[in-house]
Amino acid sequence: MEFLSYLISGISLGSVYAIIALGYTMVYGIAKMLNFAHGDVIMVGGYISLIAMMNAGLSPWVAILLAMVVCTLLGVLIEGLAYRPLRAAPSLAVLITAIGVSYLLQNSALLIFGANPKSYTPIITGTVHLFDGQLSISYVSLLTVAACIVIMVALTLFTSKSKMGKAMRAVSEDKAAAQLMGINVNSTISLTFAIGSALAAIAGVLLCSSYSTLMPTTGSMPGIKAFTAAVFGGIGSIPGAFLGGLILGIVESLSKAYISSQLANSIVFAALIVVLLVKPTGLLGKYIPEKV
Amino acid sequence: MPKKIRSVNESPLVPVPTDSYIPKRDLGKLPVLEARHIGIDFGGLRAVDDFTLTVGSTEITGLIGPNGAGKTTIFNMLTKVYQPTRGTILINGKDTGPMDTVQVSKLGVARTFQNIRLFNEQSVEDNVKLGMHNQINYGMFSGIMRLPNYWRQEKIAHERAMELLSIFNMQDMAHMKAGSLPYGAQRRLEIIRALGTNPCLLLLDEPAAGMNPSETAELMENIIKIRDTFQIAILLIEHDMNLVMGICEGIAVLNFGKLIAKGTAEDIQNDPVVIEAYLGKKED
Amino acid sequence: MKTNNPSRLKDFLTFAGVILAFLVVYIMRSRGMLTRSLSGQLVPICAYVVMAISLNLTVGVLGELSLGHAGFMSVGAFSGVVAAMSLASVIPSPVLRLVIAMVVGAIFAAITGVIVGVPVLRLQGDYLAIVTLAFGEIIKDLINCLIVGVDGNGLHILFNATGSRSVSDLHLMEGGKVIIKGAQGATGVKAIATFPAGVVLILLALVIVLNLMHSRSGRAIMALRDNRIAAESVGINVTKYKMMAFVTSAALAGAAGALYGLNFSTIVSSKFNFNTSITVLVFVVLGGLGNMTGSIIAAAVLTILPEALRGFDKYRMLAYAIVLIVVMLGTNNPQAKALVGKLIPHKKKGAEEGA
Repeated sequence: MEFLSYLISGISLGSVYAIIALGYTMVYGIAKMLNFAHGDVIMVGGYISLIAMMNAGLSPWVAILLAMVVCTLLGVLIEGLAYRPLRAAPSLAVLITAIGVSYLLQNSALLIFGANPKSYTPIITGTVHLFDGQLSISYVSLLTVAACIVIMVALTLFTSKSKMGKAMRAVSEDKAAAQLMGINVNSTISLTFAIGSALAAIAGVLLCSSYSTLMPTTGSMPGIKAFTAAVFGGIGSIPGAFLGGLILGIVESLSKAYISSQLANSIVFAALIVVLLVKPTGLLGKYIPEKV
Repeated sequence: MPKKIRSVNESPLVPVPTDSYIPKRDLGKLPVLEARHIGIDFGGLRAVDDFTLTVGSTEITGLIGPNGAGKTTIFNMLTKVYQPTRGTILINGKDTGPMDTVQVSKLGVARTFQNIRLFNEQSVEDNVKLGMHNQINYGMFSGIMRLPNYWRQEKIAHERAMELLSIFNMQDMAHMKAGSLPYGAQRRLEIIRALGTNPCLLLLDEPAAGMNPSETAELMENIIKIRDTFQIAILLIEHDMNLVMGICEGIAVLNFGKLIAKGTAEDIQNDPVVIEAYLGKKED
Repeated sequence: MKTNNPSRLKDFLTFAGVILAFLVVYIMRSRGMLTRSLSGQLVPICAYVVMAISLNLTVGVLGELSLGHAGFMSVGAFSGVVAAMSLASVIPSPVLRLVIAMVVGAIFAAITGVIVGVPVLRLQGDYLAIVTLAFGEIIKDLINCLIVGVDGNGLHILFNATGSRSVSDLHLMEGGKVIIKGAQGATGVKAIATFPAGVVLILLALVIVLNLMHSRSGRAIMALRDNRIAAESVGINVTKYKMMAFVTSAALAGAAGALYGLNFSTIVSSKFNFNTSITVLVFVVLGGLGNMTGSIIAAAVLTILPEALRGFDKYRMLAYAIVLIVVMLGTNNPQAKALVGKLIPHKKKGAEEGA
């Protein structure tokens, strides 16, 4: 029973990672860049929803919606101002810019909200008790897992069925060819950032709800973990991000419970290293050999 | 009919036991290359199948065939960029079975690339010195400490690099970045870099691509000059039939991954199978 | 050999510049012209300069993105501190102890470099980058669990994975001392690192990296960066030279770590986290890939700058972020480049080599 409860908290944590990783992986797939600012968009989502609920007294659902809208705008803004001018630049320049954006978001939050952690009231409270109270699952956990599954299914349908989703896949495969086919590459990339940032907002709300605190650096570590999850599953692959997120969440939760809470992060990273050694492009990643 | 630019001290092709032909003057010497029934599959696709070719120790051989026939794939197998699925490759009689690219290079196989692959950020001279990498003998420690061995070896390397560059009159460009060279010079530098490895078999992948007729004529002279000076074998892929018919003693024709003919220029030009492959079947 | 080679001249000017800067700062300090906080920054600046030079070997010269360079610095810092503290009674000379600490730091970091390099260097591109990040975090966590003490019987090392063990489990003899206390880090360190020693380390790192670049091995390393397939075709052993660059880079970072660690009385492993790796990466990218002079300048300026901006305390990191973004856009965006070109008609060639 104890194991089950750790497993469930792992799945819940993994679901948050998966939602963030989905954003990471989509952006990587299309823009071929490691968007280190993605984790900080989560933090922004957290603060926006917190203000909406605490200061404006809005209902949690409106708060989520508001956080999504703000983060979407923020994501599109970041892409347009910081990344778009560097489309032809070396990938390292884009990476450093992304780090700059990350610092910018963190330090803006620091100036506005201060360094002290703010307590975050979960959007839903309460727990389900099963097996005569031996196993309790919080509603937040259930909501997180449900949200993750819905998002994953919706994204898969979107990219495979819709016209814009197909455009996205075309751009991620070959920008120049997609452009020649009449696809607007810039707006497709913007759309990807919009979706990724909206997901980050949801992840932010869910993350803060399960940890109940929020500070300017809240997004950093989950961002890195989600990035790890995306690579674990095969970066660029939507089911890969889902799978990677879940596995890493479970690994982290079980390591914390049974091995060492100090080394839980290390075990997660070690899992990534092992997987990449066996499969250098992640679990579901495609290997594209260089043509000679 | 393509005309011959210059004779290549032709010696007639004679059959060898490995189902191929080599120039008569190379008989009695170990053939530099014996590819026996090599083939490779990509997924389910047989990219090359049952390819057999023997190249004499000083032979200039052309490998021709329509686009997508598998010519570059054969180069990639000979240099172990791809490991052949079937067959054996002997270099100077030595089986290259489990070897990798680096080991095959040490055996004396050097190549150029269809899409030029120079070390663009390094100088022309350093590109040649990189070709000579395994001819230069000093380690990391000597290099960092600038021991006498470093100065001695670098001096020799410098002189040798300049000598090689002089083949194409490129000494003046020694300090330029390789990536900033004009296209033709980049192709020539790739050949020089390959020669730096001290090869016995030089593989040239479309050396005349993008060259005008006078540049091509010069290149043909130079290929012969290289063969005569270094006494090595050259296997080249080329679409310019003037070049192929002009300087290649043996010509191997590839279609759909299979060798359909090997012989002299005349043999090839009159071979009905080759004509069909290039021009299509005559409607009856 | 060639005396008119422009890159040799540039190398010479770099050495001269470092020595000149040292002399100026040294004289200024001896006349009390430096503020206290700036004097305190001199050794860390040297350590970060060496970090930038060493990371540039991996990122600029070898062409592989490493996001975990702070891990090697950490290994060097803690092994160096342990060496210096445990030898305190045997070797009275602090200079000699510092040298030994830096050598020990370099060796341990090099060993870590080999362990990390074997799996990492099989990967490519962004996959390699994330794994270096992963290793950096793992190293940080592992060191966080170390409890080390020394007594008459030698070193006592405990690995405190579960958090259940403490300093008393070392069972030190009378007169023994604790060096590393797990998450609290190394405390009571005697700060023996000096500014001149730091500058000597910079010069040494420069000699090693620049001479390497101009040798057979360095050419091979750069060939892997420029075109791996062509490099293999001329017989260059990919693993050997990748490893050579990676391990050399790790060793130099280890020496820098020892220097850094011995500049403070307390040092914790969380100091050497992902953000530190990124900070050093920023130095390298802003200074220019493969450009060691640029790395030195970028590391020195960007370490001093936040200190100089102490007055604007709250806004300095924000300003840093904005400057970072603007510089990246300015140096890499075609339109922005053209604009800069118009404003400064005779732009120096060196600036274009950056990034």
